Amino acid sequence: MAEALLVKEAGVAAAAPASGASSFRRRLRARRSAVVAAVVVALLVLVALAAPLLAGIEGQDPTTYHANLVDSATGGVPLGSFGGISAEHWLGVEPLTGRDLFARVVYGARVSLGVALAATLLQVIIGVVVGLAAGLGNRFVDQALSRVTDIVVALPVMVIALGALAVVPADFPRPVLIAVIVGLVGWSGISKIVRARTLALKSLDHVAAARLSGWGGLRIARRELLPALAAPVITYAVLLFPGNIVVEAALSFLGVGIKPPTPSWGQMLSDADTWYQAAPTYLLIPALLIFITVLALTVLGEGVRNALDPRVASRLRIGTGRKKEAGG
Amino acid sequence: MTRFLLRRLGGALFVLLALSVVVYAAFYVAPGNVAQIACGPRCSPAQVAQVSDQLRLGDPLYVQYAHFLQGIFAGRDYSTGTGILHCQAPCLGRSYQDDQQVTQMILTKLPATASLAIGAFVLWILLGVGTGLLSVWRRGRATERILTGLTLAGMATPVFVVGLLLIIVFCSALQLLPFPDYVPLTENPEQWAWNLLLPWVSLALVSAAPYARMTRSSMLETLAEDHVRTFRAYGVSERGLVGRHALRGALGPVIALGALDIGSMFGGAVLTESLFNIPGVGRELVDAVKNVDLPVVVGLVLVTGFFVVLANAVADILQAMADRRVVLS
Repeated sequence: MAEALLVKEAGVAAAAPASGASSFRRRLRARRSAVVAAVVVALLVLVALAAPLLAGIEGQDPTTYHANLVDSATGGVPLGSFGGISAEHWLGVEPLTGRDLFARVVYGARVSLGVALAATLLQVIIGVVVGLAAGLGNRFVDQALSRVTDIVVALPVMVIALGALAVVPADFPRPVLIAVIVGLVGWSGISKIVRARTLALKSLDHVAAARLSGWGGLRIARRELLPALAAPVITYAVLLFPGNIVVEAALSFLGVGIKPPTPSWGQMLSDADTWYQAAPTYLLIPALLIFITVLALTVLGEGVRNALDPRVASRLRIGTGRKKEAGG
Repeated sequence: MTRFLLRRLGGALFVLLALSVVVYAAFYVAPGNVAQIACGPRCSPAQVAQVSDQLRLGDPLYVQYAHFLQGIFAGRDYSTGTGILHCQAPCLGRSYQDDQQVTQMILTKLPATASLAIGAFVLWILLGVGTGLLSVWRRGRATERILTGLTLAGMATPVFVVGLLLIIVFCSALQLLPFPDYVPLTENPEQWAWNLLLPWVSLALVSAAPYARMTRSSMLETLAEDHVRTFRAYGVSERGLVGRHALRGALGPVIALGALDIGSMFGGAVLTESLFNIPGVGRELVDAVKNVDLPVVVGLVLVTGFFVVLANAVADILQAMADRRVVLS
């Protein structure tokens, strides 16, 4: 019996290369791009963490005005070529104010990544709790929570965020506010996945056994369900992250998000809108950074998804498609 | 099928009602002194009290909400201090800024939003499905790899980045197109299209990616099925298989996603409208937010929610019609 199995496996293995070679190459390539993406993301996180250090090495800070570096005759265009790039100002200076761009970019990374990370964590926590409760609870609880999830799905994140930013007093810190709103509005995808998975897991032997031996819902959730839920939740969270970065950038771009002097990439882009003829680097730097960050995170998310569970792929693809509308 | 339809539409109605409660509470209770906001920062306490009286903000909250609902379904009257103003159903309230009726305001902004949404939608469906189709047809070759890379790049680029770069290249550097400035279709169809070209292209470029991926994956799924293998054995050409049988399999999901996307577009493509100066629903929202014009914000959030809920229901129904198994689950 065991021998027969081994032979069968060997046979499969021997037959595989002919048909599987191209798919293997594809997987390898996907893995390579995921590794590159992971390195890029790690670098961005490092830059964000080390922002004061990096600005310190450059010898600048993100808020000091340098009126002597911009040409007041032209309305504040940076002096020198390429937006005033020099040994003192590695990426040049901001038009009008003369604030150091490199310092603003690295501090901006803190805001962009930090807000998105906080929002994603909040989405994961709410989504997992709601999804687990709906999956484990009785019919009434499930129905009620599923309806709530339906309502949250109907909340367009940009619209709600815009509205909330209007009514919350200006002295409430905007980065925190944006993270909270995006977190509160964007958890429905995770809760739907967690609920569906919980329902499927509930009928499995080890969960049924735990229930029969009198374990409570919390203990079952912690010991039997969460380990099995980790893979889909992590996958979905990594896919949510870049979307959250875009929402923050978009709100700041519209001029209602992060307010100066706190720097954010979206806000820099919005300011640069009026300066692109005189100082094109001022626009290109934040645009490129947003593009690279979101691209790296997206590729990383794909890699994580392929690595953790190829089966959720088709379902998630629809999920990410639905969320893209936030960028409109 | 009829039962499914009724249940789905009933569910949508319930969600809308609940949404109106949540939004109403969030925007009229949370900010605190609504009368002060309505009156403006420079109002004296006496003026604030007068405004509060006019807006009947002294009533219990559920009474205020009931009035709000009554306005939507039956219309309502407003006192302006000097007289009574009637607001026809569906009445979403009156702007604090210029006393305009919110419903009228939204209706006047809708044509611009619809122009943008429908044109972009047609473009991105063609682009997305076309890309997916081409990458399946050319699978295993360099074309597929390039298309997959482009699709990823499309997913990673926010619309305001694409739009900004397009404006710089085509309007500023090459001067091929005018700087976008919306012209109504009824006024001058040719100018309408020229001015909307860049917004359409920007939205299409960033929105097509999910369609390309979905088309590709569901086509590949179909191509792996037994009946397709039978067709192939009977001598149906590869082009015929990809173009006819596999594409048909991808239509269901594409239609469903399309319904969702166009629904949320009608709530205003906030970013695209702001960037390209299109006086639509989305830009109205940004203006209302900057002016803290609560009735307009609430009205717009509700209308957007309405379109999203409607689109969700339509997407489910379309999918159920395309695939009868959905009804059972």
